Amino acid sequence: MTYLYYPGCSLKGTGRGYEESLLAVFDALQLPWAEVKDWNCCGATAYMAVDEVKAFTLAARNLAIAREQGGETAQVIAPCSACYLVLCKAQHVIHDAPEIGARITDALGAAQLTYGPRVQVRHPLDVLINDVGTERLAAAATAPLRGRRVACYYGCQMVRPYATFDDQYAPTSMDRVLRAMGAETVDWPLKTRCCGGTLTGTIEDVGLRLNYILLREAKKRGADAIATACPLCQFNLECYQDKISAVYGASRLPVLYFSQFMGMALGLSEARLGIQRNFVPLAAAV
Amino acid sequence: MSDGQMPRKITYEADLDPHFAEEIAASARGEQLFQCIQCGTCGGACPVSPYMDLTPRRIIAMTRAGYKAEVLKSHTIWLCASCYACTVACPKAVRITDVMYALKQRAIRDGVYPKRFPVPVLAREFFQGVLTTGRNNELPLLIKMYLKTNIFKMLGQAVMGLRLFLTGRIGLKQERIAARRGEKGDLRTIMAAVDRGAPAKGGPSQ
Amino acid sequence: MATLGPNQGDAVRIGVYICHCGINIAGKVDVADVTQFAASLPGVVVARDYKFMCSDPGQELIQQDIREHGLNRIVVASCSPLMHEATFRRAAAEGGINPFFFQMANIREHVSWVTADKAAATEKSRALVAAAVSRVGGHEALERQRVAVKPDVLVVGGGIAGIHAALTLADSGKTVYLVEREPTIGGHMAKFDKTFPTLDCAACILTPKMSLVRQHPNITLWTYAEVADVSGYVGNFSVTVRRKPRYVIEDRCVGCNACVEACVFKEGKFADEFNYGLAKRKPVYMPFPQATPSVVLIDPATCLHFKTGKCKQACKAACERDAIDFDQRDELVEIEVGAIVVATGFQPFDAERVPEYGYGQYPGVYTSLEVERLVNASGPTGGEITLRDGRVPKAVGIIHCVGSRDHATNKYCSRVCCMYSLKLAHLVKERTGAEIYNFYIDMRTPGKGYEEFYDKLLEEGVHFIRGRAAEVTDWTMTPDEEGKLVIRAEDTLIGAVRRIPVDMVVLSVGLEAQADAGEVRRLFNISCSHEGWFLERHPKLAPVSTFTDGVFLAGACQGPKDIPDTVAQAGAAAAEAMALIDKGYVELEPNTAFIDEERCSGCKTCIAMCPYSAISFIADARVARVNEALCKGCGTCVAACPSAAAQQHLFTDDQIFDEIAGVLSYV
Repeated sequence: MTYLYYPGCSLKGTGRGYEESLLAVFDALQLPWAEVKDWNCCGATAYMAVDEVKAFTLAARNLAIAREQGGETAQVIAPCSACYLVLCKAQHVIHDAPEIGARITDALGAAQLTYGPRVQVRHPLDVLINDVGTERLAAAATAPLRGRRVACYYGCQMVRPYATFDDQYAPTSMDRVLRAMGAETVDWPLKTRCCGGTLTGTIEDVGLRLNYILLREAKKRGADAIATACPLCQFNLECYQDKISAVYGASRLPVLYFSQFMGMALGLSEARLGIQRNFVPLAAAV
Repeated sequence: MSDGQMPRKITYEADLDPHFAEEIAASARGEQLFQCIQCGTCGGACPVSPYMDLTPRRIIAMTRAGYKAEVLKSHTIWLCASCYACTVACPKAVRITDVMYALKQRAIRDGVYPKRFPVPVLAREFFQGVLTTGRNNELPLLIKMYLKTNIFKMLGQAVMGLRLFLTGRIGLKQERIAARRGEKGDLRTIMAAVDRGAPAKGGPSQ
Repeated sequence: MATLGPNQGDAVRIGVYICHCGINIAGKVDVADVTQFAASLPGVVVARDYKFMCSDPGQELIQQDIREHGLNRIVVASCSPLMHEATFRRAAAEGGINPFFFQMANIREHVSWVTADKAAATEKSRALVAAAVSRVGGHEALERQRVAVKPDVLVVGGGIAGIHAALTLADSGKTVYLVEREPTIGGHMAKFDKTFPTLDCAACILTPKMSLVRQHPNITLWTYAEVADVSGYVGNFSVTVRRKPRYVIEDRCVGCNACVEACVFKEGKFADEFNYGLAKRKPVYMPFPQATPSVVLIDPATCLHFKTGKCKQACKAACERDAIDFDQRDELVEIEVGAIVVATGFQPFDAERVPEYGYGQYPGVYTSLEVERLVNASGPTGGEITLRDGRVPKAVGIIHCVGSRDHATNKYCSRVCCMYSLKLAHLVKERTGAEIYNFYIDMRTPGKGYEEFYDKLLEEGVHFIRGRAAEVTDWTMTPDEEGKLVIRAEDTLIGAVRRIPVDMVVLSVGLEAQADAGEVRRLFNISCSHEGWFLERHPKLAPVSTFTDGVFLAGACQGPKDIPDTVAQAGAAAAEAMALIDKGYVELEPNTAFIDEERCSGCKTCIAMCPYSAISFIADARVARVNEALCKGCGTCVAACPSAAAQQHLFTDDQIFDEIAGVLSYV
């Protein structure tokens, strides 16, 4: 079975390192994948603020294409948390609100597409934990991440409210994956506290403080890096560190995608994993 | 106050919109709005509630009572980052995040959101951009938002923008989907069909 | 038009009565029309409508008509037979005809309450009346059998409900069997230090009752025992009780604890159940000092003898009365009782199901029951309120409604938590001087002296924050939060989000039905609400009865309730059991099965199917025969019989065909 990779806009832009590292990891673990053909933007949270039905229609177009490409039970991999949430939410609404569902499936039909209600939307961590398993991951880790203390940051939309593969309050999938790769993960209570999403761009002082709290607490718990699974979380936590330091005092903490850490453990080069694209170098702790 | 008068805080029933709560509940796909017991779990769980002029709990109470004008001009609905912490914590299964979306849609539709407030502008520009190209192009989107709200702020972001460009994380190329007008999977055809299928009146898509 | 069923003897003379039930029926059904219609049916001599047929004048109407019109069949169209069938049968009997020459048509639950359209409701009422009239002509005169009631009572559960019910029954002279699953009676109340709102000492009021149970000549107490099987029916239950081995001969043990002292484990090593793991016990132990009976037990899961077979058995050697018996096995005891009181109590909500509050994660987070043990003078700390690290808390947060009023856990209010939270707030403040913060949604203090207790707490300076706590966490923002647990909540009366640092968090957990309530329910053939609480027969008028005659409910197994309400209900259950037993007999419904021996082929299908073993095979005649005293009228044999030989009184094929013919003729 081939996993259908749905990049979403960010993994082609600010989150390029996520795409590069994740696909390199899939290749290294011999997980077959193909990109969803002519995918479109998932609609993200901003779209829902304007027109919810159109937002779900955008998401559903991708699921219809995935069905055509990979069959009725095609498995779509959505690495971006916002994409993952929106695709899952669209499925729920189409199922639970039949009148909205009918409007959407009719609209897709106008462009010769058929909605696939049984297409599965999955997060890469779900695949790594449940399809691959930590034993196989540990066996594949030729350059284990010894001595690295990572705070796994899941953010909000990956686990809430739709994910069923992990706990909503105290998720562990990323911790288990990175521990299998040889890293030490620190236990901290802010794993799922929101980074503020687009607030850094719109109401900057609020966004900065939310990210300051996350960085400060990760460091306080002894982490020398943060691992994320969302391009927006990574962007907020990493690219705003200069501004955060200007307000709250100098402090630097590398923020990598969990897949970049995995790639390192699998012996892949930093260039192949897009690590050179990060603002805060991996050696920059404290 | 400026002329020495005491502010008057009394609400007459005539000042309230008796249909507001039902409209918002319908738009948020849930009658659970009426199940709220005002326990405040939402505000306690919310990471941005310290910045809100009205806590989510008060937004719900005021929505139910019909304080339409006050609710729609509140900053709260635009501060909501859609993290769903309130929704999963609510003991009465009120989908608070969806209520916030319903209020955002209504505020944009009625044009009553705080002026030059960047979130609704970002939302509308994003919406238009995706409708045109099928993809979100981050750079043009941000430039438009700053042009429409606070042009000086853009200068403050210039350093970051340059670094993103140099690390290959932001590009000038316009991304768009391949399906053209009338072809299989064409987005304009789909969206026009959504509009045709919209309920006769009300409906946020009009 | 309806045809008349076959009638025995005299010509059938039917009276039909249409009840308005106030506006319950008359608001939806045109009762005058239905009455007029009924009058036109064959065999009907008189038809009337009346506001409340169940009232005395309503019943008098029936009796008067029997006298004046020589009626010999009665039909009442009103509510469900569950409500008033007994009433009207009695009225018929008092009027001088056999009570089974009666048929009820349900035009309330089956019509007026569930039909929107008035014309349709009237049509359906006509059809149901036609059916009842057609059927009643074929009714036969039946007699109720009387069966003597066994005089003894079984009480299941030895918490305060079971204790009070058992003592009440025993004092009235009844022989009572009290069965308790745990090694001691006392239940949850035995764990409390004080009781609200009077703050009287729980042990001082409970332990005298516990020892009365032990000493009462009319009570047989079996602890560490469970009901394994129940059969029979009201007045005549056969019960099997399984006594689990405690590896101590109960009659010999005097509770001297010499064996506990002698045990090869010098210190307690295993989580002590009575103290929720806050103390350690040995494999041989007394649950708590006032345990009743005062008999030790050995836990085979932790005892070296059972685990390795290589213990020197110091306990056995130390016992002067030779009470230790490692070879004890399950013992089954059979008893016969007339009534059963189920008082199996509740279980506390598992706080780990609300991960936001950090129970099991942060050592400073306790459940309310753990704190009950901490404040108890005979508890693990001798009544000193110290945290797991030995510190005395300077600030304590009490979070109400944990596992209650929440769609994700239990939707209902657990009723007792506000009051016990206030009690714990008072006790903790009194003993430690700590600042106490209560986080509540609504303060519920309905009870004698309860609101006054709340007033007292307000006066004592306990803080009340109206807001459901969102989370308990250990990440800090300010220096005074360092090393503390932080409770984050919206203070809804102020409209601000607050972070309150505390040393100790008390989770006021709600009450839940016991985990095995489903099995217990099946054992006693009673019903559960969807939350798992045992269902009373009627929420207002039969609050301690169940749908199984002779089985009564007491205490929190029926729903969350505090000690005063539990004791009141236990007294009521005991009184109901007494009323049943003192009457001396029960009348069995005559709706029993019978075999038409002419038709019976002797295939024995019915014998294997009967759940009550009421059918036997008569070898000489080669036919099956029903024992009417054992038959419960379930109808299984009637449905199973391949030659239609098995029939049931009140539900004979002819009667059912008459009823169907009545409906069809109308249609």
